[in-house]
Amino acid sequence: MAREGLRYQAFSRRAFILAGAQGLAVTALGGRLYYLSIVNGEKYKLRADKNRISVRLLAPVRGEIFDRKMRKIATNRRDFSVYLIPEQAKEVANTLTKLNRIVKISDRRLKRIERQIKRQRKFLPITVAKGLDWKTFSRVNVDMPNLPGVETNVGLSRFYPSGQSVAHIVGYLASPGENDVGRNPLYQLPGAKVGRQGIEKRFEEELRGEAGTRRVEVNAVGREIRELPPRQEALKGQDLHLTLDMDLQEFTLDQLGEESAGVVVMDVKNGDVLSLASAPTFDPNEFTSGISSANWQGLLNDPRKPLLNKCMTGQYPPGSTVKMVIALAALEQGIITPETKFFCNGKHRLGNNLFHCWQRNGHGHVDLLDAISKSCDVYFYEIAEKLDIDIIAEMAKRFGLGQTYALGVDGEKEGLVPDRQWKRVIQNQPWHLGETLNVSIGQGAMLATPLQLAVMTSRIASGNEVTPRLIRYTDELDFDPNFSPMEVNPLMMRLMRRGMEMVMEPKGTAHDYRRSKSAIKQAGKTGTAQVRRISRAERESGVLKNDEKPWAARDHALFVGYAPAENPEVAVSVLVQHGGGGASKAAPIGRAVLDKALELKDKPALPPVEQGEA
Amino acid sequence: MGSARMFGPRRDEKNAFQRLLSLNWGMILVTLLIGSVGVAMLYSVAGGAWDPWASRHSMRLGVAFIIMLIVGVMDIRYWMALSYPAWGIGVLLLVAVELVGDFGKNSQRWLDIGFMRLQPSELMKIALIMALARFYHARPFHQSKKISTLFTPLILIAIPVLLVVRQPDFGTGITLVAGGVAIIFLAGLPTWFFVASGVSVVAASPIVWSLMKEYQKGRVLTFLNPESDPTGAGYQITQSKIALGSGGMTGKGFLEGTQSHLNFLPEMKTDFIFTVLVEEFGLIGAIIVLLLYTIVLTYGLLVGIGCRNQFGRLLAAGLSMTLFYYVFINIGMVMGMMPVVGVPLPLISYGGSAILTWAIAFGLILSVASHRHVSLAPRGSGII
Repeated sequence: MAREGLRYQAFSRRAFILAGAQGLAVTALGGRLYYLSIVNGEKYKLRADKNRISVRLLAPVRGEIFDRKMRKIATNRRDFSVYLIPEQAKEVANTLTKLNRIVKISDRRLKRIERQIKRQRKFLPITVAKGLDWKTFSRVNVDMPNLPGVETNVGLSRFYPSGQSVAHIVGYLASPGENDVGRNPLYQLPGAKVGRQGIEKRFEEELRGEAGTRRVEVNAVGREIRELPPRQEALKGQDLHLTLDMDLQEFTLDQLGEESAGVVVMDVKNGDVLSLASAPTFDPNEFTSGISSANWQGLLNDPRKPLLNKCMTGQYPPGSTVKMVIALAALEQGIITPETKFFCNGKHRLGNNLFHCWQRNGHGHVDLLDAISKSCDVYFYEIAEKLDIDIIAEMAKRFGLGQTYALGVDGEKEGLVPDRQWKRVIQNQPWHLGETLNVSIGQGAMLATPLQLAVMTSRIASGNEVTPRLIRYTDELDFDPNFSPMEVNPLMMRLMRRGMEMVMEPKGTAHDYRRSKSAIKQAGKTGTAQVRRISRAERESGVLKNDEKPWAARDHALFVGYAPAENPEVAVSVLVQHGGGGASKAAPIGRAVLDKALELKDKPALPPVEQGEA
Repeated sequence: MGSARMFGPRRDEKNAFQRLLSLNWGMILVTLLIGSVGVAMLYSVAGGAWDPWASRHSMRLGVAFIIMLIVGVMDIRYWMALSYPAWGIGVLLLVAVELVGDFGKNSQRWLDIGFMRLQPSELMKIALIMALARFYHARPFHQSKKISTLFTPLILIAIPVLLVVRQPDFGTGITLVAGGVAIIFLAGLPTWFFVASGVSVVAASPIVWSLMKEYQKGRVLTFLNPESDPTGAGYQITQSKIALGSGGMTGKGFLEGTQSHLNFLPEMKTDFIFTVLVEEFGLIGAIIVLLLYTIVLTYGLLVGIGCRNQFGRLLAAGLSMTLFYYVFINIGMVMGMMPVVGVPLPLISYGGSAILTWAIAFGLILSVASHRHVSLAPRGSGII
């Protein structure tokens, strides 16, 4: 009995100890709970919200690009696509078979769909077909009840209505690369596109617009449960208005045909770039949907370089089109007067070197106007012997060569106006007089872009420091930029213009080559630039005609001009790469384009056109 | 037998119906209340639907209620007589699991016995307490205090523990060891022995640590600090803590838990159900449930203290401790105070075995309470 009592006492005492331990443990649990839910409650509430609330971006509509007559250059087209949500399809294969009767799904895409079904979460949509036409899309929509798991979507994709003609100016859109992704969260959205090249790239931020946001409740695997207010709608990107006239742009490209060429048309009065045509060209719409590698290789390997913007990125020897500038430099220096004559027998000797005139038999006695209208080279060799290269360079720059104009199209090149310092820095050699002779006829180291030549021509034509612009920041079409007058003797400028008029007259180089006989008097200057030096042996054996040479060895054909001659409104520059003679190849194009530009200028601007949906 | 007579007439010799009426219905009610919290939470976990869990949980609670009453009404002497056989059967079942058991979640714990999947390790928790209680019941106090008497209990504990740990089921292994140690402690083994054992374990651990290979250390560290493994166990604990903490004082409201309804919580209907409860009912809800458990567990200890026979005393107190381990390990785990081991929250977690364990254990406590004045022969009841 006593022993039982001891056992009982020991048990009770220890049972109370255990009860105490239990009590302590439960208190500890309670304390920990208090710590989590009260002391740190706010922190965990935030984390719970962060868990469940996901801020999703709403893609903005990209700004559109218009020409001067409100024609759409870049717009957004409704893009009809069909998605499949595997989870909602009872039998994916069955649904796909049925869908295949309406929308043709290629075997390759089918395989990709299968792969995606296996890889990603079952509630995430898989694109089955995109870029559908309205009819097919409607049929899918009508048949939806028979197609479990199929969803349709109307998205927007970039569209260039006259893509080929503006490819080099607007650029194109492509999927963002790794570098872009960090720039803006929008680029992480599925299907996001980023501007590549041209206006699309330069004005990416303006065109892009601002993302909207919507807050959604998501579960642990990221499935959207519902949307939580407030929703912030996306802001459409800015529209851009270009100075281009699409009618002229398309006309110009038509004129270029199969040539590798660049043509720039400018409004002499205000610098508006009316046309900026580069040929051959490509279709930027292909890039938006993802260009095939065969087409891409084709574009890359084409010797005529369709991807190159020849108007601004291509640099070519300007040939005789710079002769006005050389003449003005000589006039300003007092080396010649308008009456000064030189005798041209077809060649000019400098030390041991012979410099040839394009007219092998010579022009005879030539004055300044003859020298320009007949493009006599010897006349300019004579000038060049007394003219410092730095003076020529200074004058060339005054007329807009050797510089860029930031039109908003990237890849713009400076060209090259050589001078003594350039030669010292680049080649570490002194300047030779022979080089001045070459430069005086637009050869040698001198390089210009068609855009620069158009600027030069506009400046000669107007007497003002015309600067080109491509983007219209104001709504008014008759924009008056108030260019300051050129700091060149106006009388001399008038003389040059007279010379250019004579180019188009009976004895001028461009007289014979007119396509259209318009009543409007034009002025211009032809140029033919050698691609490589003609050797003495070749000269003796008789120079091959351009048509007999391989394409890449043929001369570049150039033409600059303006019209109307009496009161210049538009200026043009034409470069036909390896086109042969400037008079025969470039001048006709330039003349036709000038006529067309004037014709289009006379027509009043069309009212904005709202294009209907396809 | 003789000793029983020495204490005079058996005051507790009532018939089964009388015993049924005299059961502690208050405590049964508390138990059922905890169970209905489970029903509510499973209803919430299903997104506000009876199917599939809340309805089945209710049915199981009904069955558990009946089992509880049957076990409680049965004579304590039957249970004492069944103690060793129960332990033997438990061990056999564990061996059977080893041989033919079903695989679930990479461990071998279940035995398919046709109408249900039995988890023998759950029954073992009770059987071990019964066997140890019977063992110490038969030992006089002076023997119980001796370390030499420890041999048999250690064998009784070690065999099932080794089998369970092999499955592997560390949660149950710990519960079995802790339950066994509780009985040995209650039976009177000197306190210094426990202290010395504890100290030696602590002292030995650095040596064991230094002997372990890097990958083994890594495993232990993940086990002790799951947040070092953010994609695995750490994810569970992190999300669980967010759910617990974001409930605040009063919770987000029934069916309004975002962590649970948006599936951020792992194993919501089983091991992590307490988290759902706290998220929706807050600290207040959690404290109420903790109190309900505490009431039942304290009752178990008090039944032990109020019992005249050593078997009943050890049984009631040991079972109370076993049930306590469930609650403590489960809640400690979801709060990140303890390693993640798969221990369900009895009567609330979805799953049959834990409810069955609770039903039998609590039934036994009720039976002890009914027979608290019975004095039992040292070697069994004489009934069987």
